[in-house]
Amino acid sequence: MKITGAQALIRSLEMENVETIFGLPGGCILPAYDPLLDSPIRHILVRHEQGAGHMAEGYAHVTGRPGVVLVTSGPAATNMVTPLMDAFMDSIPMVCITGQVGTAAIGTDAFQECDTVGITRSCTKHNELVMSAQDIPMAIRQAFHIATTGRPGPTLVDIPKDCLTNMMDWHWPTDEEVAESLPGYRPTTKGHARMIKEAAKLILASERPLLYIGGGVLKARAAEAVRELAELTNIHVVTTLMARGAFPDDHALCLGMPGMHGNATAITAMQQSDLLINIGARFDDRITGKLSEFAKEAKVIHVDIDPAEQGKVRKPDVPIVGDAKYVTEELIKAIRDLLQTGSTQADTGAWKSRVSGWREQFPLSYAPSEPGEALKPQFCLEALRDSAPEGTILVSGVGQHQMWSSQYWTFNEPYTWVNSGGLGTMGFSVPAAIGAKVGRPDRTVWAIDGDGCFQMTAQELVTASVERIPIKVAILNNSYLGMVRQWQEMFYEERYSEVYLSPEVPNFVMWAEAMGCVGIRVDSPEEVQPAIDKANSINDRPVVIDFRVDAREKVFPMVPAGYGNDDMLLPEWQEPNRGGLK
Amino acid sequence: MSEIRNHHILSVLVQNRPGVLARVASLFARRGFNIFSLAVAPAEDEGFSRITIVVDVDSAPLEQVVKQLFKLIEVVKISELDPRRSVERELLLATVRTTAEQRGQVVELTNIFEGKILAVGAEAITVSLDGHPDKLDDFEELLAGYGIVELQRTGRVALPKLDREARLRAVSNKKTDNGKAG
Ligand SMILES: Cc1ncc(C[n+]2csc(CCOP(=O)(O)OP(=O)(O)O)c2C)c(N)n1
Ligand SMILES: [Mg+2]
Repeated sequence: MKITGAQALIRSLEMENVETIFGLPGGCILPAYDPLLDSPIRHILVRHEQGAGHMAEGYAHVTGRPGVVLVTSGPAATNMVTPLMDAFMDSIPMVCITGQVGTAAIGTDAFQECDTVGITRSCTKHNELVMSAQDIPMAIRQAFHIATTGRPGPTLVDIPKDCLTNMMDWHWPTDEEVAESLPGYRPTTKGHARMIKEAAKLILASERPLLYIGGGVLKARAAEAVRELAELTNIHVVTTLMARGAFPDDHALCLGMPGMHGNATAITAMQQSDLLINIGARFDDRITGKLSEFAKEAKVIHVDIDPAEQGKVRKPDVPIVGDAKYVTEELIKAIRDLLQTGSTQADTGAWKSRVSGWREQFPLSYAPSEPGEALKPQFCLEALRDSAPEGTILVSGVGQHQMWSSQYWTFNEPYTWVNSGGLGTMGFSVPAAIGAKVGRPDRTVWAIDGDGCFQMTAQELVTASVERIPIKVAILNNSYLGMVRQWQEMFYEERYSEVYLSPEVPNFVMWAEAMGCVGIRVDSPEEVQPAIDKANSINDRPVVIDFRVDAREKVFPMVPAGYGNDDMLLPEWQEPNRGGLK
Repeated sequence: MSEIRNHHILSVLVQNRPGVLARVASLFARRGFNIFSLAVAPAEDEGFSRITIVVDVDSAPLEQVVKQLFKLIEVVKISELDPRRSVERELLLATVRTTAEQRGQVVELTNIFEGKILAVGAEAITVSLDGHPDKLDDFEELLAGYGIVELQRTGRVALPKLDREARLRAVSNKKTDNGKAG
């Protein structure tokens, strides 16, 4: 059957079970927007393409399905660079379709031409310039296949305008045809049986074991298996920034987040462990601190589907390349086998009691504000947390508010935490929250944002209002680029350079209302709860609360850049006891 | 010129598709790996090309280079060639300044190296030589004494030696290895 390339594109997306596309049309992609009118696929018209990209990411985070973006050539493609890189760093499945000038005009500096595949080569897992209408279905199938298998990531298909208007013979490639077309792409999912057995033995022999789990656990949908492994072996778990919620915070074995702004117990447990069981994490520099000082006595089991992560930063004693769920389940079997054939687990009692001691002595804490003093951001977060309906999804921006969100929220369920980890993209939260709410309309979605971040992508609240996507936004407004301010206060002798944001401009409440949202301003602790209750009761439009919080508040603990984890800075009232972290 | 002790030769089989070379090149640049030489040409199978890359392994451990390269979707197979167990060839073209009196010396030198005379002019001569890169180095050094006007080398290509089995140590092969891409 003969159809146009544009019709083939939309039909291909339907074949991939796409329900929602985030996008914005323009010259080169115009032909694709016509058949879209006749498709059941929902299109969400964004106000800036970067917003479309982060929405697609938010959607992918909470659903596990690839987020899809449709934009035009040139400036629209370049607007996608940030979200593509963000998705690449955090291994988010996403498929981006860009329009391109006609094949005859490629290379002539035509209007709105840019070398999209060249520009996005290093921020996609794979990208492709289609050169004929006939090739569109295969390019789309490959893009979805590559984005969602192995280590997930963003892919991009660049389609010249004439390929959209030309006729083609519809054919949907079979699985075999796709596999044959990609002879160099065969992700390993089954971990090596001998390595898994080796790992099982090490785990049983360890006296100070620790599960160090990362975003790969969520990507592989391995949370259940990890929990079973932890409970079977009674081993504590630290969850990286990308893995918050992958293991329940309220579980007795959960130590929470390690790293630069992790809690003292999680950091110290990593440092003092004799066996790090890394599942789906990548020894990021925010976790390890100064590498030569990191977990010096630990052996390492490293489970990762990406072979290039093995030994990239820390050489593992037992590398296991494979899918986190498969490998964890096999590991459980291997441990059970060993236990049933007479092996016993080493005594971890002494280690356990040390860990409990740290937890008691070094909880996360902040100094509550005295009456009349400025509102504390942590207090706002605690109130938001305690009023949040079951299953609430938390999305954050980048900065101090992000670290407090991770620290003070209780994540008891996988896929309830969405944030920009690897790239640290300011402006992520509003659009990502919209994407998350589109993916999970049954859930309450709270975006915790900074006043700086909010000003980067707030225009997408117009999208949310018009499309009736009722997200809730809490701005922890400290009138500063707070995280940068913190560094200047601590490491640049309080010489504040270009971090002050005017406290009265913009007027966030008026701005929110101009965008069709409900705007609420909160200045004092007494106003916190009523504002949150009001926000939680509104479900027909987005809500923005402007919490005016103490600008002087800093995030602790902190492992400053270049420091070893043992030299973390504690809140001042815990400093005198730091000897206890042994 | 080619002090290759810290070099490794990778023979990379790739799908012959637009942009493959750009992907390989940008990967090396982005990860801070240095390339000493690189040669590309269609391979025996239709639809595939072979890229021979000489890598400076002081810039990064070979294992990371190979693993990162292997993540490229079009890379099908990577073999590391041990210089002692492979045949290596390179082609050199040079135009050398010669007076009429010196011309005979350059011709003789070229004949000793079993090279070819490609063109002779009044004040210059163009010669070619193919062979092991070390041999080309020696030849180049001797030519330099006469004054090189222009010189172009191709970068090495290599294949495993045939005389003993298992010359080709497959570093990784997605076709047979149960895959390794991520
Ligand atoms: C796009 C982008 N530009 C700059 C930065 C550097 N940066 C990291 S945090 C931060 C401050 C964020 O300010 P705000 O949103 O108010 O959050 P706060 O730290 O005050 O909570 C900046 C500028 C970044 N991460 N992303
Ligand atoms: Mg701020």
